[in-house]
Amino acid sequence: MTATLAIDDLKVAINDSNVLRGVSLEVQPGEVRGLVGESGAGKSMLGRAVLGLLPANAKIISGHIAFEGSDLVGMHEAERRNLLGRRIALIPQDPMTSLNPVKRVGAQIGGLLRHHLGLSKQAAFARATELLIEVAIREPDRVLSLYPHQISGGMRQRVLIAMAFACDPSLVIADEPTTALDVTVQRQVLQLVERLRQRHGSAVLFITHDLGVVAKICRSMTVLHAGRVLEEGETADVLVRPRHAYTRALLAATPRADRPADTLRPVPPSLIEQLWADARRLDLLGPARPA
Amino acid sequence: MADLVVAPLAAPPSRLLAGLKRGGARLRVGAALVAILVLVALLAPVLAPHDPLEQDLLSAQLPPAWMHGGDPAYILGTDSLGRCVLSRLIYSARTAVTVALIAAAFAAIIGVALGLFAGSFGGWVDQVVSRSIDVWMAFPPVLLSIVLAAVIGAGLTSVIVAIVAVDWTRFARVVRAETMVQLTRDYAAAARAIGLSRAKLLRLEILPNLVPLLVTLLAVEMGIAILVEVILSFVGISVSGDTPTWGSMIAEGRQIVYQAPWIMGFPIGCIIASVIGVNLLGDGLRLVLDPVQRS
Repeated sequence: MTATLAIDDLKVAINDSNVLRGVSLEVQPGEVRGLVGESGAGKSMLGRAVLGLLPANAKIISGHIAFEGSDLVGMHEAERRNLLGRRIALIPQDPMTSLNPVKRVGAQIGGLLRHHLGLSKQAAFARATELLIEVAIREPDRVLSLYPHQISGGMRQRVLIAMAFACDPSLVIADEPTTALDVTVQRQVLQLVERLRQRHGSAVLFITHDLGVVAKICRSMTVLHAGRVLEEGETADVLVRPRHAYTRALLAATPRADRPADTLRPVPPSLIEQLWADARRLDLLGPARPA
Repeated sequence: MADLVVAPLAAPPSRLLAGLKRGGARLRVGAALVAILVLVALLAPVLAPHDPLEQDLLSAQLPPAWMHGGDPAYILGTDSLGRCVLSRLIYSARTAVTVALIAAAFAAIIGVALGLFAGSFGGWVDQVVSRSIDVWMAFPPVLLSIVLAAVIGAGLTSVIVAIVAVDWTRFARVVRAETMVQLTRDYAAAARAIGLSRAKLLRLEILPNLVPLLVTLLAVEMGIAILVEVILSFVGISVSGDTPTWGSMIAEGRQIVYQAPWIMGFPIGCIIASVIGVNLLGDGLRLVLDPVQRS
């Protein structure tokens, strides 16, 4: 069976500094994979590389990104655009700013449906209503006629989730979708993502820095640091028997209900120093760019 | 399931009428002034009591009707050739409205297109557009239309071409910068992530965000176009002499300003009212059209 997403030895540099130092990662059909790491680990960069939305000064130096067997890196622009939003969808990080502020919610969902599925205006509107019902929004017709600033942050995130799953994508990249939300809303959003994923049969690459979130919804996980994969495996395995010192340190730094708060340990600075030093040594071994 | 359901806030969706109310006094005064200007221009033959070119040398330099020595047939008096000032003011509105609408529209179309282009492509495309903006902005429209008048002949066309040739830069400069800002916003990234092409992204996502800005720019530009036309007709290189314009009325009135100040005063009043009118309307409309400011 072809993996939904297979990233092989991906190296990305911004200007001359490496941000991804040979990352390999696979997401199987229907799988939810967590991608965990601290700020600057390169996890969002990885998501953007898959979507082809790297910043202008970032460059893929080597490696492959295969989506259902076809290489996204060398793919023609128009062909890739045809996949985006339809086969590969994004749940963006910040629901407050990721909707167009001057377009009504209905126009934004409808626009997506018309763009990819070629629906008529009425059909798109009807489908948009169904999608909002699916993400448990009451009075969907009224929400469709509102502007983004007139609905709450949690509701905006639901709209974005509805849009991500609108065309039954086989891969959804969730880029820290819960980070900007408060804890009570977070749980609902996770449940929604899980429910829609099952209904639409999509695989999810869930980017987060929150091990608690990973434990809740991801079957497998990958730990990223300084653009390198430190550890990967089944979530249950990794969380119970972490092999890498960094994963152990992360776990010790994560608050848990069954342990007193004073047992929390920050990730030791010496460990982080060590990891960055390793990463830099890796850079020195091979040239950042092919000569 | 039930615990997941959320309902929207009670706030009603904004309606255009409610927005119009929020536009406030600015919008109402501006709309009224512009409506008067446009109606006067459209209905000039109906409204004008006299032919604007008809000379009555026996009743030259009559003061307005309410002043001593005024003639009720000439409500705002007559100029030194005995032409009805009111009728000339009314017919002049046609030139002003024509120039304001056509010149501002073309300047906006060219400027917005080039601004979007430069702002989204960046690189050498941006360099070419930005440098042409610099060059053209340094060029005074009055000088350009003198050149144009010499080349293609004086007339409304050269006035409009001169204004468009210089003032597209106002739109291009602002639209370029704003396009760059909008493209860094998350919603633009999200729109690219659903596979929109650059053209569609600009047209469907970025351009709607520029509308409030464009309305303001357009209003300012219409005011400027009116003023440029006034300057050009004041120095006599706008429309031909047999078409009345506010600028030429000022020029004529200037020579006899001590004997008959009203001949110069009325067109000045008209110019001020029109420019203030379009600016107020633009300001008010911006508030109405921006859904975020609206509520």
